[in-house]
Amino acid sequence: MNGIINLTIGQLLLAYVFVLIVLGITRIREIGREKEIVVSSLRMTIQLVLTGYVLVYVFKNPSPWITAAIILLMECFAIYTILKRFAGKLTKNLKITIGLSMIVGTLACLFYFLFIVVGISPWYNPQYFIPIAGMLIGNSMTGISLGVKSLIEGMATQKNLVEEALILGATPQAATKSIVNSAFDAAIMPTINSMLGMGIVFLPGMMTGQILSGTSPATAVNYQIAIMLGILGAVALTVILMLQLGYRNFFNEEDQLI
Amino acid sequence: MFELINVKYQDIVDIPNLYINEGLIVLFGASGSGKTTVLRMLNKMISPTQGRILFNGQDIKQIPSVAHRRNIMMLSQNPTMFKGSIRDNLTIAFTFQKKAIPDDEELHNVLAKVQLNKDLNMPVNQLSGGEKQRLALARVFLLDPSVYLLDEPSSALDDDAEDTIINMVSEHIKRTKKSAIMVTHSKSVAEKYADEIIEMTKGKILNRRLRNEWNH
Repeated sequence: MNGIINLTIGQLLLAYVFVLIVLGITRIREIGREKEIVVSSLRMTIQLVLTGYVLVYVFKNPSPWITAAIILLMECFAIYTILKRFAGKLTKNLKITIGLSMIVGTLACLFYFLFIVVGISPWYNPQYFIPIAGMLIGNSMTGISLGVKSLIEGMATQKNLVEEALILGATPQAATKSIVNSAFDAAIMPTINSMLGMGIVFLPGMMTGQILSGTSPATAVNYQIAIMLGILGAVALTVILMLQLGYRNFFNEEDQLI
Repeated sequence: MFELINVKYQDIVDIPNLYINEGLIVLFGASGSGKTTVLRMLNKMISPTQGRILFNGQDIKQIPSVAHRRNIMMLSQNPTMFKGSIRDNLTIAFTFQKKAIPDDEELHNVLAKVQLNKDLNMPVNQLSGGEKQRLALARVFLLDPSVYLLDEPSSALDDDAEDTIINMVSEHIKRTKKSAIMVTHSKSVAEKYADEIIEMTKGKILNRRLRNEWNH
């Protein structure tokens, strides 16, 4: 067995042949997505290179403040991405609810994962904090987006059922129970599906990365199992927080539909 | 029973003062005269933009909305059916209100009362508009509130069926000593069954007449 093969710049450039192939196909088929393909490939490259420099610096100079600042930046970017996606469709209170749920839900799971499950030292160790936070926050962001979409659509398409339930003496919570449950289902399904296919249909990115960089598959698998459970927990917790607080935004203090 | 003081709802309803007595009260008027808006304000589905509504002397703003709606139950003109069977639709409100679900005998009795002789397991999407309206009425009767707010409970029924149903409502209310405020634009129904008729036009009260004023 050979050791780890470090990729040279030249080898990395060879991988861009894939981009050229895709560009060729879209040009010939007149699909008209050349600009997006170039921009997304360049952005991906620049973002990852910059992240690499930042991580090298942060790992060399570990500090609780820098770790905290990076986590905060990740949270802000995730929340901003969700809010931007639903621009014009969210009330101020729903925006606050989304932000709060993201922060409380992901941080609770992150702290439990790092301090109780892994037991990192020092407590702010950026080598663990940053990648794991990224996975929990990224997956929760997708989960919340799906949950918010399903909640807004459910409240719009089933407004007459909610209204009838209120007329029949339901509390807003009881009147929206089925909408909230479907939204939770919609948000959590991708995580559940990916767990079902994991290891058979595909090898997850984190595990692949670890194995390629020389970690033993046994360690990589253990981490992957733990992180998948952490992701499941973080997605479920953020989404249920968002839904439990979020449905109330469709009612006023007199329990009337807004 | 209800007292409306300087009540306005946007530019739809404008009622300086109105006392609504107990008994079977009919709100009568052309469509668009604000009758439904008044009913919705009475059970707190909406709140007046101005003024106060008292129920037995208490400002309804002080009463929690959900408790108020369980006590003052409204039947909307086009009631929505929930997915499932006739039984599901009769019992869903008991689930909402966390009350014990009535047994099949009770469900059959209430269906007989509204003359809907169908199997309890029949899916509601197989019912006609008139049958759905009867089912919605049965659903409200089963909950036994102290006041019924009925928004055109017979609009999807033919004249004969309408008379039978309203007669049944009227008898039920007298027997159980409950009250009902019923919206209709049928003058004959109003005059045959009402204890009092409140006539509305363009959001305002046009006049009110007690039974002895038209029933000489």
